[in-house]
Amino acid sequence: MPMTEDEVFEKVKETLVDALGVDDDEVSADATLTGDLGAESIDFLDIVFRLEKAFDIKIPRGELFPDNILNNPEFVQDGRLTETGLAQLKERMPHADLSEFEQDPDVNKMAELFKVQTIVNYVMAKVN
Amino acid sequence: MRWFWIDRFTEFVPGRRATAVKNVSLAEEHVHDHWQAYPVHPASLMIEGVAQTGGILVGQVRDFAEKVVLAKIAKAEFDDVAVPGDQLTYKVEITNVSEQAASVAGSVLKNDQPIGKVELMFSHVDHNLAGVKFPEENFVFTGRFQRMIEPFLESDDA
Repeated sequence: MPMTEDEVFEKVKETLVDALGVDDDEVSADATLTGDLGAESIDFLDIVFRLEKAFDIKIPRGELFPDNILNNPEFVQDGRLTETGLAQLKERMPHADLSEFEQDPDVNKMAELFKVQTIVNYVMAKVN
Repeated sequence: MRWFWIDRFTEFVPGRRATAVKNVSLAEEHVHDHWQAYPVHPASLMIEGVAQTGGILVGQVRDFAEKVVLAKIAKAEFDDVAVPGDQLTYKVEITNVSEQAASVAGSVLKNDQPIGKVELMFSHVDHNLAGVKFPEENFVFTGRFQRMIEPFLESDDA
């Protein structure tokens, strides 16, 4: 069922308020899930469960939040993503904005890729 | 100390929902410290009751092969307290199950009156996200918990 980006954003916001216990006004499009909103690994699963219910979609494991990139030695070396790793990340996360990350693919900065807008982009692609 | 915060299951529908009761007693050590002047069953133990009911429900889905541990309290709201002599009922249903985790939603009743709502998430620690290794044997589900639901499962076997 087609939805506008605003409609999706509002629903994603509600989902994050429920899952993370944050206030409405903390959830801006640019807010990072771990840095700004305090999400932890179990919260990522909670978010996936709630998004599935809210939008009536199925989110296969690793599609929204890719796993198996950090623990693959082909993709990570010396705390940075390799060329192959970056390519893999681009393929797995068409819904993320990698332009800044690409310049310095430090593994510790990967969490910053997961922003509210990242989720909105993913859901938009799924429902439209 | 024996860490049972539910006394009996009154309903158990595999993979869907379960109801368990807990009788609050003055013979329990902790109420005399919580509090000496007014013994009250701690809300944390009501949450634990919902967690045990839900954890067993979720564990049984995969035949207790996995270690299911409480990972997140998404919501816990109570409007009233429970004191010795009260009977608490935990009605819990599974809201989601995946390979890595599960979520449940529960209502807490005191003498059949609703007094609380609890929403929890469990992690199946053998598939945990941090890649931490846990001991082989299942320290979560000992035989005692399994005995509590046996009567409900027997009738399912043709």
